[in-house]
Amino acid sequence: MNELVFFINNVLISGAVAGSIYALGAVGITLVFSIMRFAHFAHADMMTFGAFMVFVFTAMFPGAGAALGIPTPILMLPIAMVITASLAIGLDKAFYKPLRDNGVKPIVLVIASLGVTLMLQGLIRMFAGTSSRSLYIGERKEIYRIDVPIEGVLRPIIITDPQIWLIAFAVIVVVALHYFLTKTRMGKAMRAMSDNADLAQVSGINTKAVIMVTWIIAGSLAAMAGTMLAMDVALQPQLSFFILLPIFAATIVGGVGQPYGAIAGGYLVGFVETLSVFNWSILLRPLAPMLPDALEIPRSLALVGTEYKIVVPFFILVVVLIWRPTGIFKGKVI
Amino acid sequence: MPLLEATGVHGGYGGMNILHGVDMTINNDEIGVIIGPNGAGKSTMLKAIFGMLNVTEGDIKLRGESIKNVAPNKLVHMGMGFVPQEKNIFPSMTVQENLEMGAYIHPSRVSAMLEQVYELFPPLKEKRRQPAGELSGGQRQMVAMGRALMVEPSLLLLDEPTAGLSPLYMNEIFTRVKDINKAGVGVLMVEQNAKQALAIADKGFVLAAGQNRYTDTGQALLNDPEVAKSFLGG
Repeated sequence: MNELVFFINNVLISGAVAGSIYALGAVGITLVFSIMRFAHFAHADMMTFGAFMVFVFTAMFPGAGAALGIPTPILMLPIAMVITASLAIGLDKAFYKPLRDNGVKPIVLVIASLGVTLMLQGLIRMFAGTSSRSLYIGERKEIYRIDVPIEGVLRPIIITDPQIWLIAFAVIVVVALHYFLTKTRMGKAMRAMSDNADLAQVSGINTKAVIMVTWIIAGSLAAMAGTMLAMDVALQPQLSFFILLPIFAATIVGGVGQPYGAIAGGYLVGFVETLSVFNWSILLRPLAPMLPDALEIPRSLALVGTEYKIVVPFFILVVVLIWRPTGIFKGKVI
Repeated sequence: MPLLEATGVHGGYGGMNILHGVDMTINNDEIGVIIGPNGAGKSTMLKAIFGMLNVTEGDIKLRGESIKNVAPNKLVHMGMGFVPQEKNIFPSMTVQENLEMGAYIHPSRVSAMLEQVYELFPPLKEKRRQPAGELSGGQRQMVAMGRALMVEPSLLLLDEPTAGLSPLYMNEIFTRVKDINKAGVGVLMVEQNAKQALAIADKGFVLAAGQNRYTDTGQALLNDPEVAKSFLGG
């Protein structure tokens, strides 16, 4: 049973945490693609930007959360989401809209977004330096050890405070997004524009408003994902570099332009990543007495070493795209 | 005052003109049909009216007000509906959602208009929860026309509504066009199935090489031996 708890800690919880972050990021990328038809590379930097905004406000009011009994960064998150959503709208107005109005090919927008990536990274480093920071300023990251009430189980299930918040946020976002896309007028207009932008326009749908709402959702979810990642690990300017590849893999695996696909893709990438670096020998250890002496269980039996974790999303990408060339949820062909 | 009045319309894509001075008048409650050989500028004329390409000369008026080069989304607010020939539905959305998108600018009228459209196209009511992309060609055309009707237009533009449909659905669509017109909606449509279309038309416009060749009532054009020989396949 100790081994099972180990599995829960290292696969179920870690996978759900990574998956939630990837899903929140991938939803934004997929929505931007479905409405504007380009891969927005600066998305991961909007995540870092959002996390930095939380850091700035937390540093300004470090004790604010304690009064309400929640971590200060969580209290500051809505403010950062609003600021990041405004940044997203601003970036669109300044860089992407002029290009769109001139009817450029999508690849030009992709390259422009790479430019925005470099610019945002430069700006973040200029103001915040390159050091790694904790979002917990004068607070302690709560770590819960839940004892399993079964005899002989010594290991507790371990989950941290930000992980609980993250998983809860991810569930709320999925439910809210589903409600928004299927029940509200603006959500349906968004799906209509994703399906057939020309017809949306001749139906009288305000496509400019749809684009703006898309950036608001993408920006605020990016701030949420970035903050939760920074709370779980640490805030670093190069955060975006590590997150960009898995979230793009999640977007494509799920089917480009499919919000539910992005969520499924996010969790798939998250769980496969943690499963692939999981040390299976620990799960097999209880079987050791039953095995003949010649069959010795090695000390480490992971599919890939932790240092190669970054290639796992690509492996999933290849496998899924062979099976379903447009992704799990039949995405739009690029 | 005519519902739609186009005079001497020149226009085309980019720098190349396809229309060389087309005139067209539709009164309230009339069905107008545009026929002509391939490349005559039939669909181009429809798109010129709906602000989808640049009109360089001439004028287009809706109830006396110039709508020359007015953007499509504004024309919807002025009471015009347009059904493109291709890609005229939202395939991943349900039939009902497709229709709802048609009334996007009048959210308070959605339920009343849904009733009317379902009454006109009963098969759509049955399939209202199904993604429109899964329907047959004829049913998709019904969704497309239903969507355009949701804004309660005074003028409905149809670009080859029967293209690629079986004869059964073709007759069904022509009957529905007549019903729509009886309800007080002016219709202007481009058609390849010229004979059937002219049979229901109050006005027929025969275009060739971007100019008016013949303009008369539908029945007169059908009876004209010249028109029959050159444009109706004998």
